[in-house]
This record gives sequence, structure tokens and C-alpha cells, in this order.
Amino acid sequence: MSHAAQIVDDRAASTGSLSGAEEPAGHPHGVRATARIRATYNGRATTLPQLRSDGPFHLRRMRTDGNSAKVGIIGAMSAPLGGDRLTIDVTVEDRALLEVTTAAATLALRGPTAAPATYDVRLTAGEHAGLRWLPRPLISAADSNLRQTCHVELASTARLLLREEQILGRANEDPGHLVSRLLVHRAGRPLLDQQTAYGNPEPGWDGPARLHGHRAVGQLLLVDPKMGTRHDPVLLRTGSRDGCAVLTPLADGRALLATAVAPTSSVLRELLDEALAHALRG
Amino acid sequence: MHLDPPATMPQRHTHSAGPLRADGSRRALRVGLGGPVGSGKTASVAALCRTLRDRWSIAVVTNDIYTREDAEYLLREAVLPPERITAVETGACPHTAIRDDISANLEAVEHLEETLHPLDLVLIESGGDNLTATFSKGLVDVQIFVIDVSSGDDIPRKGGPGITTADLLVVNKTDLAPHVGADLAAMAVDAERQRGDLPVVFTSLTSDDGIREVADWVTAHLSEWRVKAAV
Amino acid sequence: MSRAALLLLADGRFPAGGHAHSGGVEAAVAHGAVHDTESLEAFCLGRLHTTGLTMAGLAAAAAAGHDPLLLDDAADARTPVPALRAVARRLGRQMMRAARATFPSEDLELLAAERPRGAHQPLVLGLAARAAGLTALDAAYATAYENVSGPATAAVRLLSLDPLDASGLLARLSPDMDAVATAAARAADRVTTEGVDALPSASSPLLDIIGEQHAAWTVRLFAS
Repeated sequence: MSHAAQIVDDRAASTGSLSGAEEPAGHPHGVRATARIRATYNGRATTLPQLRSDGPFHLRRMRTDGNSAKVGIIGAMSAPLGGDRLTIDVTVEDRALLEVTTAAATLALRGPTAAPATYDVRLTAGEHAGLRWLPRPLISAADSNLRQTCHVELASTARLLLREEQILGRANEDPGHLVSRLLVHRAGRPLLDQQTAYGNPEPGWDGPARLHGHRAVGQLLLVDPKMGTRHDPVLLRTGSRDGCAVLTPLADGRALLATAVAPTSSVLRELLDEALAHALRG
Repeated sequence: MHLDPPATMPQRHTHSAGPLRADGSRRALRVGLGGPVGSGKTASVAALCRTLRDRWSIAVVTNDIYTREDAEYLLREAVLPPERITAVETGACPHTAIRDDISANLEAVEHLEETLHPLDLVLIESGGDNLTATFSKGLVDVQIFVIDVSSGDDIPRKGGPGITTADLLVVNKTDLAPHVGADLAAMAVDAERQRGDLPVVFTSLTSDDGIREVADWVTAHLSEWRVKAAV
Repeated sequence: MSRAALLLLADGRFPAGGHAHSGGVEAAVAHGAVHDTESLEAFCLGRLHTTGLTMAGLAAAAAAGHDPLLLDDAADARTPVPALRAVARRLGRQMMRAARATFPSEDLELLAAERPRGAHQPLVLGLAARAAGLTALDAAYATAYENVSGPATAAVRLLSLDPLDASGLLARLSPDMDAVATAAARAADRVTTEGVDALPSASSPLLDIIGEQHAAWTVRLFAS
């Protein structure tokens, strides 16, 4: 098999199966951890009957004003490192409202082995439930190797605000190898399915059709069944060198996606914040 | 998807210029206007629209080199309402879009037919090209080739598919002939030698009703088309 | 099967509207990102492994006989910007016109009836390949090749590049086209057991952004 064929096949295999049915073997030095959050609605407010910290994920209940719940994820150890198998499983049951954040950026490092780490996020939201998944950026450090998936299952009336930011390399270093898939189903049908892959040995990853020198990419997804179905695309900055973004409706309607590329994490956040302001105004 | 087989075979008119629409009604006559850059194609289209729009239901498809320039000229001149003018992008190859791969133009024509039904006449203007550009018979029923006297009175003598085979040759800007030293009589002789019995019209769109002869020619074809389709 | 049918489908002169599209190269040229043969090759490589792989997977799955309506939904989920969805459906309509005339089949008729405004182009190509007796891998090859030959041809026109250099770069990309077509066909094999999520969804956020930007230009040579 050629070099290119090997890469394409590896990439497909690593983030292809999102069913969670088969547990990957992991590496003997790697950490295996699954953190779980379950939010339910008791008729007055959202409660958290399950809050299971595990491995590097320390979960902390946070104070909120209204009847929603908020959980902060605090890194209890450096992760993911090569060979780790990490999962976060979040379920928001019917009518419950939950926001999840992280206290610090997630830093993917090489660790004791060059084997890939996996980091799987599974988000499920029931009827009339609301989930805000707003972690800090994921940083792909030099020589790290991470396969990340984010698999979202939404009931037809569920609301979602999801932000993903990827920073490719710490200051002035090349990124590691980062393959990431975002798959969102609504009412069992695919709403959004995107896989990105950056860093060596991905073919053309920094070329003019992909990063073109940018080191920060991100997305913001807003799903709201009450949203009007008519949205014109919004272009945020039209050059490409200094960062740019678009806010566009997905095919299914009642869902908006902002896509941004930028030279730095701060410009990326500015673009996504601007896009969110547009989305909420619309 | 394995349902019952459809009752009929694929209908030919979905991918060729047959005379009937999918519902069996008569489609519009499609007239192509080609010719070199600057010969007055867009001005001719505008003049035809002004002359014929009261009598017939007309739409226009433009094939600009730079998207929408010609379409926007027509919109500015308000020769037709905006929904009757469509621009097709040609990827820097205007002759390809009217001759070798006509699918984008057919899409545009069919869309106009659907939204403006019933339509009598669709004018399809090619992007300015050289003397070799002609329309595919899958796209138009008849075609007009527009040249002008100021580009040289030897153009009819040089020939080329547009000059020799177009259903109508229009020699435009005759008012400029004295200023550029063009010999109209020689052009007429050369054109006849190249075209045999096919008609040639000399026009000056600066004069009142300068498009009349061309408009009459289009009307004659349109009347013939309607008779044929009614049979 | 007839291998000649594959050549016909993959031929840039197959009258299905592709000549008016640059695959993002016109926007990349305007941004200065593509300016010579080397940068064009890098562009084509990046496009092939993202959009190219995703489209090849859809084409392969359609050629393998999977439900084109489910695949059409999967294609929508893989095309987050409306400008590129509109382009995919417009090219799908144009491909449908050419395919019905060239390789008439019941599957094409049914899809044309279900999606009168056009299905995503790779699905139509896949069904045309199926009608011609070609394999899923063949359909993936045709799509992968078109994904780089289209931008390369457009760049030759936009930058007045030497067409021999463009042919050279397409030849150098052959191993990558092999890899992409093979991976696409393997993924299509898995659709039976895993559903459409098994298909590649490789994407390039930058191509999505510049695709939407390009659609807003008032003056352009290419439709996309």
C-alpha cells in the first residue's frame, strides 16, 4: 500500500466508527477513562443525578442563576497523551438544560508513545432539552497524535450550542497529527458530518486548499427548532490572510454553522464571537 | 429504490431541443445571437426586446465573459423585467457554453420556461468570442451572427463557421462605414459568396427602428414555429 | 462492464457543465494562495484529500446501489455552506441531463423524479456509472480525477499556466488519486453494515469559506 493510501485508510478507520460498540485496545501505558454527566428535569429545575469524574476529567457542579445546570471539567492530569483512551459522555434528558465548559485548554502531547490517543465526546439531548457545549480550545502540540470525535444525537426539539476550537501547535511550533470528526444527528438523520485532519503526514494539510498558514480553526453550531428557516449567509472578513469566517444555514434549516480559520487563537475567538452575535440576532 | 418501472422511456426532450415541453405544451422559439466582442450583440438584443416585447412574451439568457456584465446592461436599460434576464457563467470559455457543453444554458432556458410560462421567444446571447463560435442545434432553433463594419470590411471574406452558416448574418454599425473606410458593397458581395442563399442584413442601431429588419426576420421564424408546433 | 464508459464519464469534455466551475481555484487565485504550478499542485492535493475523498465516497456508494435519497441527505450533511450545496445540485442536474442521454437507466429516472431540482452531483455520477456497468471503485476514480482536473484546467485559464505543467501535476497526483478512490470504495462497502456514517466526511473549512465568499462576488469567470 502506498504512503498516501495508508494515511487515508488510517484516518477512515480511526474516526470512522462512532457507534462505541467496540472498545479500542489502547496502549499499555495509556490512561483509559470515561467521565459521565446526566442531567434531568424534575419539573422545576435541572438536576444532575450522575456526575462521574474519571481519569483526567474532574467534574465540578457550578452555580447558575436560573433553572439550568452547569458543569465545569477540570483537568486532573495532563491528557490526552499518546495511547490514552478518553471518553466524555453527556446526556441531557427531556426538558433539562445543561451547560458544560472546561477550566483550561486541552493540550494533546506526545506522551510515552507515538501511538495515537483517542478522545471521544458523546452528547445526547432529548426532547425540549438544551445543551451548551463550550469547551476551551484543543491544542495539538508538536509530535502529539490525537483522534478526536464528537458525536451528537439530538431529539427533534432539542437545542444545541456547540463550539469547537483547534489550535495547531503551541507558539511557533509545528502541530502534531490531529484528526477530528464532528457528527451531528437530529431525529436520527445526519445534520452535519465533518472530518478535519491536520499536521504531518496529512497530504497538503497546510496548503492553499486547507490551512494556508492558519493555525487556528473553529466552528460554532447553533441548533434551535424555533429558529426561523430563512437565513442569508454572513461573511465575516473577506480576505483570507488575517482570518475569515462564514455563518451559514445548514441544509436541514433551523441550524446555523459558523466556520472560521485564523492565524491565532485570539482572532479565531473574535470571529466566532462575532458569528454568534449574528446568529442570535437573526 | 426499486419501485415499479416507469411507464415511459426517458423522454428525449429532457436533453435535446425538441419542440415540446415535458407537459406537452409548445416551448418557446430559441434564437442564438453570436459574434465577436463589440459588434453590438447586446445592443441588438436590447433593440429586439424593445421592438418585440409588446407582442410576444420574451426572455433573455446572456453568456458573459465576465459574469453578469451584459445581463446588467440589459437590466439597466430596462428592456425587460429582471426576472426575464438570466446570466450564465462560462468559465472563461464562452464558446464551450453555447456549443460543446450546453447544459448550463439549457438549465437557464428551461428555468425561464418554467417560471414565465407561456413564453414565446428566448434570446440567447453568446459571450463575445471569435469568428468560429456557433451555437449547438441542441440549444437554439435558429442563430444570428452579428459583425460590424468597424472591425474591418474583410471579415465576410475571411468567413468562418459563424459567417458562413448562421441563419442570419447581421452587419452592424453601417453608420460608421464612411468614417472607417469600409466598403459596404464589397462586404455584401463577400457575404453572398460565403453564404449562398442565406440572408444578410445591414443595420445601424443608432437610427430609429434600425433593428426592424432583424425583428421582422425573428417574427417570421416565430410565426412559422408556432404553426409547426400547433400541428 | 466497459472500461471505455469510464473514460467517457471522466472526460472533461463530457457535457455535464463542469467546465464553468473552478473548484475554488478562482477564489484561491484572487487571495494569492494559488499563483503558480507549485501552489496549484498543493491546492489540488489538499482538495483531493478533503472534498475529493468525500465526493468519491458518495459516488462509490451510489454506484454500489445504496439508496440515493439517503446518500443525498448524507451529502447535504457534508456540505455545510449553501453556495456549495447549490453548486452540487446544479451540477447534479446537468450531470443528470447528460447521464440520461448517455446511460439511460431506471435508477436515474427515479432520482430525477425524486429530486427535480437536482441531487448532489457525485450521486448522479455514481448512478450513471452503475448504469454503464461500472464498479463503485470506477465511480470513485472518476470523481477523484474530476476533483483535481477541474481546478487544474481552471487555473491554466486563470493564470495562463503552461498546460503541460498542469498535466504533469495531475500525473504526479496519480498515487493520491489511487489512494482516495480505493479508500472511498472501501468505505462504500461498509455502508451496508454501518449506514451512511461510514462514508468519508473529510472537509476543508477554508474551501467552505472561500466557496461562500466567491458566490457573493459580482464579477467572476467561473460559477464556483
